[in-house]
Amino acid sequence: MSWNRKHLLDIESLSAEEIVTVLDTARAFKAVGERAIKKVPALRGKTVVNLFVEPSTRTRTSFELAAIRLSADVINFNTEASSFKKGETLKDTARNLEALNADIFIVRHSSAGAPHFLARVLKASVVNAGDGAHEHPTQALLDAFTIRERKGKISGLNVTILGDILYSRVARSDIWALTKLGAKVTLCGPPTLVPRVFEQMGCRVTHNFEEAIADADIINLLRIQHERQRKTMFPGLAEYTSLFGLNRERLARTKPDALIMHPGPINRGVEIDTETADGERSVILEQVTNGLAVRMAVLFLVNGGQGPQEVTVA
Amino acid sequence: MSEGNVILNAAAIQRALMRVAHEIAECDVASTEVVLVGIPRGGVPLAQRLSTILTGIWGHAVPTGSVDVGMHRDDLNHRAAPNILPTVIPFDINAKTVVLVDDVLFSGRTVRAAMDSLNDFGRPERIQLAVLIDRGHRELPIRADFVGKNVPTAITEKIRVRLGEPGGEDEVVLEKK
Repeated sequence: MSWNRKHLLDIESLSAEEIVTVLDTARAFKAVGERAIKKVPALRGKTVVNLFVEPSTRTRTSFELAAIRLSADVINFNTEASSFKKGETLKDTARNLEALNADIFIVRHSSAGAPHFLARVLKASVVNAGDGAHEHPTQALLDAFTIRERKGKISGLNVTILGDILYSRVARSDIWALTKLGAKVTLCGPPTLVPRVFEQMGCRVTHNFEEAIADADIINLLRIQHERQRKTMFPGLAEYTSLFGLNRERLARTKPDALIMHPGPINRGVEIDTETADGERSVILEQVTNGLAVRMAVLFLVNGGQGPQEVTVA
Repeated sequence: MSEGNVILNAAAIQRALMRVAHEIAECDVASTEVVLVGIPRGGVPLAQRLSTILTGIWGHAVPTGSVDVGMHRDDLNHRAAPNILPTVIPFDINAKTVVLVDDVLFSGRTVRAAMDSLNDFGRPERIQLAVLIDRGHRELPIRADFVGKNVPTAITEKIRVRLGEPGGEDEVVLEKK
C-alpha cells in the first residue's frame, strides 16, 4: 500500500503507484455500492465538511454520498446562506468549522491554490474538489478508473481531450494522471483555447478535429467554461459546434470501440449532440457511478494518512 | 527459502486440512447448508482447498467465497489505510452455516471484523471458524471451532504461512525475533 498522504490536493504531486492505489481501492468500494447494504463503518464518527464556494451538482453530491456510505457525518456548507456574505474570509470560515472538530474538508473554490492554503492552515485533511482552472483531482481519478475498467489498461492508449483546455481544471488533472500512467494524450480545440504551450506537459496539440479523433481509443469532451473566460475566445457557439462538436457523422469516423467521456455538465447540441450523449459508446453516466467509488476510496485513504489519532481523556 | 523453523511442511499442511475437513463434515451433518468464506489473503487458498476436500466427502459442490476485512478493522484511526482485497460472496448466506476460514488465529480482531462485514450480507444460522494455526494471544473472546495445529508462541515471534506461491513450497514457518 503506497498511500501515506493526509491530503489530496493535486495529481501533479502524485506518483503513478499512488494513483494506481486509489484505482485499486476504488474497485473495492464500487462493489460496496452494488450490495443491498451500501454502507461500511470505515469512517464512523468522522465529520466531513463539503466546503463548496463554487456551484456543483455531481461532485458535491458524490462526495456527500461517499462520506455517508463510509458512515461519516456530513456538513454541506452553503456559501450563499453563510457569513461569507458578511465578509468572513475563507481561512476564518474553515477554522471555525474545524473548531467543531471536523476531520476532513472537501474544498471547491474559484481560486487556484485555495485547498493548498487551507491544508497549511488547518489540522484537518483537505481534499481538492476543484480549484479555479488549476486541478480537479478526483475527476481525473474517476476518468482513469473508467478507462481502466473498460479498456483493461491505460498505458499505451490514445486519449483525446477535446474542447476548452485553457480554462479547464479537468483537462489539467487528466493530462497529469494519463501521462503518469503511460497514455498518449492529444489535445484538440480552437487555437485560442488549446495553445501549443500544453505540449510541454507531454501532450500532442492539434487544431484539426479529424486528426485528433481518428486513432483515439478514448474521446473526452469538455464544456466551454464561460464562467472562467475573460474575453471572447471564438465567434459564437454555433461556429464552435460546427468545427468541434461531436455528432453522428464525426463519430462514424472514430474507431468502432472508441469510448466517449465527458465530466459533465453536458451542453447538448454544443460539444456533443443528443444522440451521441445517449448512445452506446458514451460512458458518461458510468463516470458518475465510478466517481462515487473513487471518492469513497479517496476519503478512506486520506483518513488513514492522518496517522495515529489518539483520543486523550483529561 | 525460509528463516526460522518450519513447523508444518507441505505434506503436514495437507494432512491437517484433511482432518479439519473431516471434522467439519462430522460436525455439520446438513452438508447442503454449509458455505465456506475465506478471509484474504491467507484464508482464501485454504478455503479453496477445504472446498475441494469437502466436495469429495459430500459428493456435491460447496459454495465458497471471500470476505475482506479492511473496511471493518478496529484500528483504522491508528494506521495507514489497509489494502482492500476482493469480497466475493456470490450466494445467499441467510440461514446457512458459514465456515469462516483463515490461516492464523492471533488476537481475534480480524475474525471480529469478518463477522461484522458478513453481517451486511445476511443472517447466517451460525458462523463457525476454521484456522490452520492457532497461535494464542487472544485479545477478544473469540475461538476457533476447527484448528489445524495449535502453536503456542511468544508475542514477539511471527508465524508465516506460505501456500501456493509460484516456485515455492507450501510451509508454515515460526520466526523468532
